[in-house]
Amino acid sequence: MAVDRRTVPLGWDEAVDLEKDPAVVPDPADVEVPAELRASIEAGMGRYPDRHSAALPALAAAQRVHGWCSPEALWQVAAVMQVTPAYLASLATFYDMLRTEPLGHRYVYVCTGVACHLRDAKAIYDAVAEEARAQDLEDVELREFECLGACDMAPMASIDGRYVGPLERSDAAELVGAVKQNREVLPGRGLTDESYKLPWEEGGSPNDIVA
Amino acid sequence: MPQTLNLTTHLGERMLHEVATYERLGGYASARKAVVEMSQESVLAELEASGLRGRGGAGFSMGKKASFVPKGTMDKYLCCNADESEPGTFKDRLLMQRNPHLLIEGIIIGAIAADANRAFIFIRGEYEEQARVLDKAVVEAYEKGYLGERIFGSDTGLELVIHRGQGAYICGEETGLLDGLEGKRGNPRLKPPFPANQGLYHGPTLINNVETLCNAPAIIGRGADWFKTLGEGNSTGTKLVSVSGNVRKPGNYEIELGIPARQIIEELAGGLEEGREVKCWFPGGSSAPVLLQEHLDLPYTFEAMAQAGSMLGSGAIIVVDDNQPIVPLCLRLAQFYRHESCGKCVPCREGTSWTVKTLQRIDSGEATPMDLDILAEVQQNIIGNCLCVLGDSMAMPVGSMIRSFREEFEQHIEDARARHDLEQLPPLGAGELAAAVEAGPA
Repeated sequence: MAVDRRTVPLGWDEAVDLEKDPAVVPDPADVEVPAELRASIEAGMGRYPDRHSAALPALAAAQRVHGWCSPEALWQVAAVMQVTPAYLASLATFYDMLRTEPLGHRYVYVCTGVACHLRDAKAIYDAVAEEARAQDLEDVELREFECLGACDMAPMASIDGRYVGPLERSDAAELVGAVKQNREVLPGRGLTDESYKLPWEEGGSPNDIVA
Repeated sequence: MPQTLNLTTHLGERMLHEVATYERLGGYASARKAVVEMSQESVLAELEASGLRGRGGAGFSMGKKASFVPKGTMDKYLCCNADESEPGTFKDRLLMQRNPHLLIEGIIIGAIAADANRAFIFIRGEYEEQARVLDKAVVEAYEKGYLGERIFGSDTGLELVIHRGQGAYICGEETGLLDGLEGKRGNPRLKPPFPANQGLYHGPTLINNVETLCNAPAIIGRGADWFKTLGEGNSTGTKLVSVSGNVRKPGNYEIELGIPARQIIEELAGGLEEGREVKCWFPGGSSAPVLLQEHLDLPYTFEAMAQAGSMLGSGAIIVVDDNQPIVPLCLRLAQFYRHESCGKCVPCREGTSWTVKTLQRIDSGEATPMDLDILAEVQQNIIGNCLCVLGDSMAMPVGSMIRSFREEFEQHIEDARARHDLEQLPPLGAGELAAAVEAGPA
């Protein structure tokens, strides 16, 4: 059966249809691209001597719109960048932060790297996962993640880039609840919060980042 | 206090991430000096004389690396490696988040040394907040005329682009980083040619870690001779050390290279919890072979760590206390490298995968003591047989754990086997088990 490459993921878990020619560079006139996404990809291409360098930022931008690197998302990026969808698929399958399944528009990464492992991060992940099931958390990618570079606040998690920690198992309910309701997760306990300090920091370190 | 402040001197200042604050504290004076007053040769000479060694992991002389960039009018590039993903390392995060202009100033100086007119910061995708801080700082630097066409009013131009990765440890390897920046899968390249000769877009490219570049302003501002007064022997300057794991006060501490590791762990990081002892420690990120208690009094330098059979690496000390079983730790470590192996070289792709499988067998009771020898041999077959050191980065610590804790591995195998065998027995009522054991094998 012929596979419509615009609706079926580009080959990463489907057998390749050998009857069909490989997808070519799309004709820009055939593909509708949200104006904002187009602008951001075009601006990206202008920043580099070679437009291919803009592929990663472009895929990230498309993922923000579509929630994942869906065939449609790749098609749109391919049309703007004038590259093949297969080339983009090769990137989407390689990089951890690019989703090749519709797991959700947002993410919660619970770090279980070596340093967090030594501080019982697996228990934190299990608690968060259990809470996510209990509270029926939807449209959020929840996963264990390799070292996130915040071993000082271990065990920790990243919610759409917001680093929170050190976490206790008892934080899981509040964490999931806040994500679900789109509230700020654990106010005051984010790395870039104004009042943030590690529990053992005497007097605290003034943290002036308002990003 | 064993802390020596250089990179972190002003980190406590409010609003340091804004250019006005940074300049009030003397910022951009060194970059101006390098651009306006000094020649490329003298900047290069100063960096080389300082003995500054790369802070990303390899510890190669920064000045020497910059001097490998050929002369000529072709496009040359500077890449700042901000893909900090070595487990246990979080020093660059601190520098970028609190003091982004220090990095930009370092990049300007590095670009002068390498005669590069385009620079990139490759920052790992997970650092979203830090990337936003850098973005703002770069805009400010452009507005001030410190980046752009004629920086500091000179004839020199420098464009700086922040490039965000999307989650791949391998992009921290310098040639993997170049592929990531060129919009490819982050696969390491065959060396030579080294990036200094042929790197980004086939042009000569200087690649430096965030912390390395952050050292440049002080070297240009205060001189190489001053820098050399810090540190010990060939390990000059200060180092940001990320201490994590089973210590009371994990965090970043700036030290003069050469103080004993014990001082870092026990004084700065608050030591271990009451009643606990150091079982082993990683001196330079999870890729470094583990050291034991007996190594705690060694001076923390590139040379001493290498002599002890390990490495200073990225300067990330991960402390493991005697409460931690070694097998799950070893497994967790191996799983990381299996996940991050890019798959280009067979010894790494297969070796990391088989190491994980063997360790899982050890944990589940399906392994025999012979598997330990096989495991050790697999590690030997990875080291030195790949394009980059990702495979070695697993093989070295796993191999060192087997060497140092062989008895514990053997005990774990035995215990797990006993547990496994028990689970295989058919369920018996009270007393029947004893009778069955008494009767012996059928």
